[in-house]
Amino acid sequence: MGFFLETLIGGLMAGMLYSLVALGFVLIYKASGVFNFAQGAMVLFAALAMARFGEWVPLYTGITSPLAANLIAFALAAGVMFLVAWVVEYLVLRHLVNQEGTTLLMATLGITYFLDGLGQTIFGSDIYKIDVGMPKEPLMAFQSMFEGGLLISQEDLVAAVIAAALVAALSIFFQKTSTGRALRAVADDHQAAQSIGIPLNRIWVIVWCVAGVVALVAGMIWGSKLGVQFSLSTVALRALPVVILGGLTSVPGAIIGGLIIGVGEKLSEVFLGPYVGGGIEIWFAYVLALGFLLFRPQGLFGEKIIDRV
Amino acid sequence: MFYRENGQFKTSYNADQQIFPIAQDRWGVLLLVALAFFAVPLLADEYVYRAILIPFLILSLAALGVNILVGYCGQISLGSGAFMAVGAYAAYNFFVRVEGLPLIVSLLMGGVFATIVGIFFGIPSLRVKGLYLAVATLAAQFFCDWAFLRIKWFTNDSASGTASVSDLSVLGLPVQTPFQKYLFCLSFLVVFGLLAKNLVRSAIGREWMAIRDMDVAASVIGIRPMYAKLSAFAVSSFIVGVAGALWAFVHLGSWEPAAFSVDRSFQLLFMVILGGMGSIMGSFFGAAFIVVLPIVINLVLPLLGSIVGIEVSTAALTHAEQIIFGALIVWFLIVEPHGLAKLWSVGKQKLRLWPFPH
Repeated sequence: MGFFLETLIGGLMAGMLYSLVALGFVLIYKASGVFNFAQGAMVLFAALAMARFGEWVPLYTGITSPLAANLIAFALAAGVMFLVAWVVEYLVLRHLVNQEGTTLLMATLGITYFLDGLGQTIFGSDIYKIDVGMPKEPLMAFQSMFEGGLLISQEDLVAAVIAAALVAALSIFFQKTSTGRALRAVADDHQAAQSIGIPLNRIWVIVWCVAGVVALVAGMIWGSKLGVQFSLSTVALRALPVVILGGLTSVPGAIIGGLIIGVGEKLSEVFLGPYVGGGIEIWFAYVLALGFLLFRPQGLFGEKIIDRV
Repeated sequence: MFYRENGQFKTSYNADQQIFPIAQDRWGVLLLVALAFFAVPLLADEYVYRAILIPFLILSLAALGVNILVGYCGQISLGSGAFMAVGAYAAYNFFVRVEGLPLIVSLLMGGVFATIVGIFFGIPSLRVKGLYLAVATLAAQFFCDWAFLRIKWFTNDSASGTASVSDLSVLGLPVQTPFQKYLFCLSFLVVFGLLAKNLVRSAIGREWMAIRDMDVAASVIGIRPMYAKLSAFAVSSFIVGVAGALWAFVHLGSWEPAAFSVDRSFQLLFMVILGGMGSIMGSFFGAAFIVVLPIVINLVLPLLGSIVGIEVSTAALTHAEQIIFGALIVWFLIVEPHGLAKLWSVGKQKLRLWPFPH
């Protein structure tokens, strides 16, 4: 029982991290109808920026306090992501308005390659560390309830709290601010939003900026967990089933989808894996999402897909 | 002046329904095939065969298959790499386990098994569309990656997990030197290209296109979506499977599942989009572009570097390749979203009026 719960909690934590990446997908898809394949590349790019600025800031400015250095590095990395968002909008999206979904998807695949190459050219392609002071040692909990207690990774716990905070902040941003309202209007109907005077281009820049910051947070957490390296960009592929499961248009869907996938992956790996030779995490998530899709094609929380002829 | 159909009168339905109704097209294609069979071998050396020609032939066969599914039937697939892998490993198992099975039969059996897997993973397409389907086909990709890596039976229990074949021969003729391999692949490509070209203008091809353009409307006028979609998956994965078997047997010789990873699927999709969706010609253009581009970048960049006096390292080269590749894709999509095939047809249209455009 204790072991099962441990796996379950580990899965929930991992799921939180998946939903963080998935959130980036959902934000951009909602606001611009673009399925942003480059989210994984953005995570890598942001994490590389964060890691290298974290090295460079103490080196060149002489700031020794790790907190201040990390804050400055975070701000600089966020600035880089804003720049990326602006360039993407200015050079790519603006020219592809009214193109089909597949064309836009391919364009973001192109951006993926571009960012992967550019990030590693600017920031280097070794394995870097992000040290933002995440607690590394695991925590023992519920020792009175189970024999031996439950082993919970503090790092995961902090990450989950950060992710939850980010989601809360985003939902306040979407519900309460006028920019957030404009974003939702654009998501509902491009033309209607434009006709009441909402500037589409600016909204797209903003939403890519927000997705960039989400990528930065995701990159920071994943990076401090696993180290920053090229394989980080594959977290996008891990997060895809999450979006599909939760629905492309739903923020709560991304969260709950992430949790389901995280738990499903861990439980399947631990309890099913040994019988079939292990390593089934990745495709299990996809098959799980596929199973859901067959019964609810729009995902758990997606808007119902209506065809007009 | 030379390219126009004036004066070519059709006197029978057969003449009107030829694959290439315009005589110049017909002779042009025949000439091209003749050149590929007889003139290219006079010019090419071993490097050109290995690095450009053989990959180009096999990948354009695969792109042809993907184009049938994505371009003609409108079902986005990111699992093409998996179908290639299924073709390769099924062909391998037939080749190794069945004593004396001819090479061509093994390759085709690879295609047959890819068809079965393709139909199975095509079933979600009856329920989901577009991006959701793209992700659903990724399930095929990751499942196959895993299966061929972990299940030892598929690789004939080889200790390293690598499958390899050698001493290929067809009807007593060896397929070992690059020249022989080139001819072998070319024959496959010509046969399959002709079949595909015919298929997409037949009743079933028109059904695919109707489904692509609007599936609800198509089913209203009496096209069975299930039959049309699954048949597109079947035909496409058969061709892709055969291409996968060729890639493994003829191009690689010995291979691991990583040869058919998700990157391969993306590459094939790029070929189709850049070449032109829903165009047989486009598959060839796309494959040529994607095969040649990295080679050109690898040649040109160090040259440019030496002119400015910068030593370009291998890592920098890889990254520069990614940057240029990504930028070119985006640029292409902006400038010509309908692909290279569109440029080709615009060119032909211009040629018809040349030298007296109105």
